[in-house]
Amino acid sequence: MMKQVFEGIKVVDFAWSAVGTQVGRELAYHGATVIRVESHSRPCPLRSMAPFKDGITGLDRAGVFAEFNAQKYGMTVDMTHPNSKEVARRLVAWADIISDSMTPGTLANFGLDYESCREINPRIIYFSTTMQGQDGPHKDFQGFGHHANALFGVSQTTGWPDGEPNLCGTAYSDFIAPWYLLVAVIGALLRRSKTGEGTYIEQSQLEAGLNFVVPHLLDYGVNNRILERMGNRDREMAPHGIYPCEGADRWVAIAVADDAQWRSFCRVIGNPEWAGDPKFDTSSQRKANEDVMDNLICEWTRNYTQEQVMKMMQEAGVAAGVVETGEDLLNDPQMKYRGHFPVLNHHGIGPHSYHAPAYKLSKTPCQITRPAPCIGEHNEYVYNEILGFSGDEIADMIAEGVITTES
Amino acid sequence: MAEQESFLGDYRVLDLTDEKGHLCGKVLGDFGADVIKIERPGGDPARNRGPFYKDVADPEKSLLWFAFNTSKKGITLDIESHDGQEIFKRLVKTADLVIESFEPGYLDRLGLGYADLEKIKPDIILTSITPFGQTGPHAHYKATDIVGVAMGGLARILGDLGRAPVRMSCEPQAYCQAGIHGAVGSMVAIYHRALTGEGQHVDVSMQEAVELSLMNAVEVFDLMKVNLIGMGQFLISPRPQPLGPLFLRFVLPCKDGHAVLYFVGGMKVGIHSSTELIRWANEEGMALELKDYDFNQWDGSTMLQEDYDGYIALIRDFLMTKTKEDLLEEAVKRGIMMAPCATMADIMENRQLEARDFWEKVDHPELGDVITYPGAPVRSGDTPWKMQCRAPLIGEHNDEIYKNELGFTNEEISTMKSRNTI
Repeated sequence: MMKQVFEGIKVVDFAWSAVGTQVGRELAYHGATVIRVESHSRPCPLRSMAPFKDGITGLDRAGVFAEFNAQKYGMTVDMTHPNSKEVARRLVAWADIISDSMTPGTLANFGLDYESCREINPRIIYFSTTMQGQDGPHKDFQGFGHHANALFGVSQTTGWPDGEPNLCGTAYSDFIAPWYLLVAVIGALLRRSKTGEGTYIEQSQLEAGLNFVVPHLLDYGVNNRILERMGNRDREMAPHGIYPCEGADRWVAIAVADDAQWRSFCRVIGNPEWAGDPKFDTSSQRKANEDVMDNLICEWTRNYTQEQVMKMMQEAGVAAGVVETGEDLLNDPQMKYRGHFPVLNHHGIGPHSYHAPAYKLSKTPCQITRPAPCIGEHNEYVYNEILGFSGDEIADMIAEGVITTES
Repeated sequence: MAEQESFLGDYRVLDLTDEKGHLCGKVLGDFGADVIKIERPGGDPARNRGPFYKDVADPEKSLLWFAFNTSKKGITLDIESHDGQEIFKRLVKTADLVIESFEPGYLDRLGLGYADLEKIKPDIILTSITPFGQTGPHAHYKATDIVGVAMGGLARILGDLGRAPVRMSCEPQAYCQAGIHGAVGSMVAIYHRALTGEGQHVDVSMQEAVELSLMNAVEVFDLMKVNLIGMGQFLISPRPQPLGPLFLRFVLPCKDGHAVLYFVGGMKVGIHSSTELIRWANEEGMALELKDYDFNQWDGSTMLQEDYDGYIALIRDFLMTKTKEDLLEEAVKRGIMMAPCATMADIMENRQLEARDFWEKVDHPELGDVITYPGAPVRSGDTPWKMQCRAPLIGEHNDEIYKNELGFTNEEISTMKSRNTI
């Protein structure tokens, strides 16, 4: 097996929930050794998030925890126990990267703030990420992903003009923040390889999320225009929307970028009489008559499956695609071809699907070979082989409850 | 602390992307790379997309362009012409990374694919950002932003019950996801190159980038054989018959908009949050019917929908007396799991962002204006993130690159202009 990009890079993952965990996972997929630190008394909240294997709750049955922690080693330690200090010290001394996504101050209470870690290991790269950052009047805000969606504007601007804001079916900023962190962490590794110096990195997930809505913030700043919910309408393109297809609750997205594509689109739908109406000739006319036009398009799309519409439009050079469900994604021929959902055999869940990165590297492909750890699964390996504790010391720590073994 | 060098100050990036990939080069530029945006003569097509500065449709005034092209220099070059290709190859020799978002195979046909570039500059990294990746049955499918969010699974989990799925109106989310994953893939390749001197081809799929933003939709199908759909303002708690699912309304109206509120009990954070909310309402003489409600006793598995709806009606009446700002401040103070649905205006007035000095003022001298941009997506004590400059004007750095760096004379440059090479 060829050497992987981050082989030899060591990560101590004190991450909590979704953001920090995904950073560690991506590094592990490219060869880093990542230790996920947990305790039975305070396991990661993702271990109690649905879905579960067979619908039965259990720390080692949660699908999303597994998804975000693949390829890592799992250890348990009770950080509140006085005898855990030496464990923490050895972890920090061993690590290149420390990942913290706990409430501000939590790791500091354990003597593991950046400055303390730096005294143990001057080359350490340490990142902290929380919903609103380490300082400021709202730093202690208690919320979940839906609250973040509200704060960074996506709730207010998702849905219909005549409807209400959307909760949104994903904690969306949790899927923006980790990627910026990765850029910074790899940047810090690059710089360290030149200067020998470590780095402290800090992130507010709200601030990261706002980097994905820049045009609309500028539109307010310079034009005083407040973005409203637009359903599926576009500022310029028409037709532009999600249309019903044959079958129950099946949909297809279509976007016609210009007048030439409009003519191709009309050919696909059989050049019906209405499409020749001059009121649809140019994109600005189509925008002006969009409600009427969209109803007519729906009458056509309903007669075909979503795959049929997609294929016909794509063959004519018009962008169109199936509105994919979870099931559609797992069966998507393109993502199957690229191996985007590798299956690993998790010790608590059995074989299930994981997610590869969105990019393929031609010479150093990632390797996704090990499922997420069950809680404390690698205690023996981590305490003994990585941290150098003897069998007797480990037995003592289990007896004292430093190494947790049950809730 | 002494000023330290940026993360990517040693790197030069040539950016050939259209709007699908603009964010990638911006991210690398904001972290210190020398990014040269190469536009076709006349300018990148994204310049013709709105919104526009002061609503004047002008390729120098697109806010979409401004947003995702900061920290880049700008030159024009026709890479379809022979002369243009020769110039591009000279630039590649000075570069570490090339980013592009053309249809797969396009650069190969021009003799500028990875195999060609590698011959000119053996350690070059080429990052290709496309809707579906370089190969595979859909590699040549077209996609705009809405097709990206549809085929990546995001649209399906957004929208109101009983209506069509939607994209986020704060578009282009599919392009942003493609761009940021392009930046991550590029960084992994850059790190490998720094260690080994070896370049490579980074093949990014927008569909997969969007798919990685879904949280649990794939796992829910994988483990439960159920497809999640957009549920508007609700979280639905599945329960067996005869009770059936419990519809929890988590988006509620208030005096001047809406808020997201987790009004639940039974678990620790929910008990605290709901108890505090009722205490606050009671202090103002509202929701008194819930004065002695014990949220420890809350049992979602047996609760009747009509009982839940009754509680929510009381909460709603209370929230209607409060503004979004009131709600946020009290939520922070009392530990209530509630946040207002912020508009773009609310965001720009957010106290927390102001206290953290988040916003960046960027000078646009040709407009005689200073525009406020969102600041760092991630910070570091020694500020390696910096918006180096506003987005470039069309061909703004042609002289700097063609004359000062590549050594073309004024006459040669005017010939190149007249031939539409630049």
